[in-house]
Amino acid sequence: MPAKATRAAFGEALLELGARDERIVSVDADLSKSTMTVSFAKKFPGRAFNVGIAEQNAIGIAAGLALAGQIPFVCSFACFLAGRFETIRISVAYTNANVKLVGTHAGIAIGEDGYSQMGLEDVACLRALPNIPIIQPADEYETKQVIAYAVEHEGPLYLRLTRQNMEPVCPPDSRFRLGRWLTLNAGADVTLVGSGGPIANCLAAAKILAADGISAEVVNASSIKPLDEEALLASAGRTGHIVTVEDHAMAGGLGGAVAELLSEVLPTPLKRLGVQGFGESGDAKSLYAKHGLDPAGIAGSVRKFLNR
Amino acid sequence: MPDARLESIARECRVQIIRMLTHAGSGHPGGSLSVIDLVVSIMFGRMRHDPKRPDWPERDRLILSKGHAVPAMYAAMARAGYFPEERLITLRKLGSPLQGHPDRMALPGIEAATGSLGQGLSISLGMALGFRLGGKPNRVYCILGDGEIQEGQVWEAAMEGPKLGQPGHGLGNLTVILDENRIQLDDFVAKILDLEPVVQKWQAFGWPVIEIDGHDLDQIGKALDQAQAHTNGPTFIVAHTVKGKGVSFMENNPEWHGKAPKPSEAIAAIREILGGSAAGWDGDLAKDSATAAIVAELSALDKK
Repeated sequence: MPAKATRAAFGEALLELGARDERIVSVDADLSKSTMTVSFAKKFPGRAFNVGIAEQNAIGIAAGLALAGQIPFVCSFACFLAGRFETIRISVAYTNANVKLVGTHAGIAIGEDGYSQMGLEDVACLRALPNIPIIQPADEYETKQVIAYAVEHEGPLYLRLTRQNMEPVCPPDSRFRLGRWLTLNAGADVTLVGSGGPIANCLAAAKILAADGISAEVVNASSIKPLDEEALLASAGRTGHIVTVEDHAMAGGLGGAVAELLSEVLPTPLKRLGVQGFGESGDAKSLYAKHGLDPAGIAGSVRKFLNR
Repeated sequence: MPDARLESIARECRVQIIRMLTHAGSGHPGGSLSVIDLVVSIMFGRMRHDPKRPDWPERDRLILSKGHAVPAMYAAMARAGYFPEERLITLRKLGSPLQGHPDRMALPGIEAATGSLGQGLSISLGMALGFRLGGKPNRVYCILGDGEIQEGQVWEAAMEGPKLGQPGHGLGNLTVILDENRIQLDDFVAKILDLEPVVQKWQAFGWPVIEIDGHDLDQIGKALDQAQAHTNGPTFIVAHTVKGKGVSFMENNPEWHGKAPKPSEAIAAIREILGGSAAGWDGDLAKDSATAAIVAELSALDKK
């Protein structure tokens, strides 16, 4: 399976699921070519609604569609959706409308467009709301399972997708389940809890570390809310060291969620890797290197963290 | 011909609004009293709904986007039989499904959480579209406040409304009503951010607009019929109303946007709503045991 952007996998999955379920509709705010709902819109023009550059209205319309029995996917860049927090908070979360919020272009890995287009605080914002699971699939295979899950799931949820291609990391016999994490690499000395953009870099870092005699477990935390508490606590108990890796602001993301759980339930030495400050323009690879989210950066942080 | 039945229901609902707000000790009488004739006209005159089956899929939907006026909804819902009228005095109390602003998950019959202003029109557009797509008969009513339409999201929805679903699924099943009571929390709307010309604005966005007196039940009914007859797209009704309508000391006074009456004020308000004179009031109460009970209950509050 070649590398593929999770937004592209989403577009394909929506097309496929849309053929089977007439209740599936899309709501876009002039970014359908970027969020990849464009092929769904071509195939099902009567079920695709592009409401113009008006995200609040798009989210509200999606809520109404859901309350009338449809299954709406409302899509925009992660930052533009989460930026309409108040509409999500009341029209979707508190109303308990069966809306699938799809935020693409997660993180600094979008690169050249720069900070204003980067979804960097979306998890932090939406994680504060009761009632909205947050899922960030790792690759094409997992994304397609997650979209199918989203259709089945009764209630709102937030999907965080990437612009950039994602290497396949999930074994083909694995099955996505909400609140369940997949161990991609077993290890004994430290646990890398990764999600989204840098997940393949976590595996590459584990290889670098193995050469240095450090055995790193790599976990795919695609279910950011809820966390897989059982898997996290078990792994923390085994390795005694947790490193979270995400393409998201340091505050309030996966690292924050893991810190909240561990500090209350099983205090464990923890290192959070993520994005410091505002993002900026640049190529994705250089940006990951700058923020220490490339394989060498992750491996270096782990060595320092373990004092080895 | 004024509809005596609706008039009488609206009067009862006004009494209940005053009653529940007084028990709650907080809330929004002004906007509840300005909107109640619209709510009663819709719920008792036009809407297809069954209070005993609030989840009936074919029911029409009423979205009170100006959610702070929810006491008007609660009064009408209790009167219609969604829940016992006795529950009205639990408004805003811990554990009550009668939340300070509408909570869909707490109270069957409330169709969306509103009260964070500006969101109800978008939800209503989506609902109306969803029913159209499914070939369903449901109608959607949405009530906006005039202060509320200062919110930007309203204008995103205003731009979209007449176009959404076209061609083939235009929102002829949606009626939007503006409760234009001319007062918002801080002051008169014209003083905070004048909205005029309201009618021309909505027309410019492609909405057919009907202007009515929002307390004239006859005019309200005719406008609702006219809106329903327009099947190609949504209709906008500008209902000129009086904030605090029916209680002289509340009418047109920004002070009564968000303040509950004291029990003595509530009793005076109820007497006015029912058209009783000071001299004849005791006699009126002797003949009206329901009101007498409400008055006794409010008097007891005063002594607490």
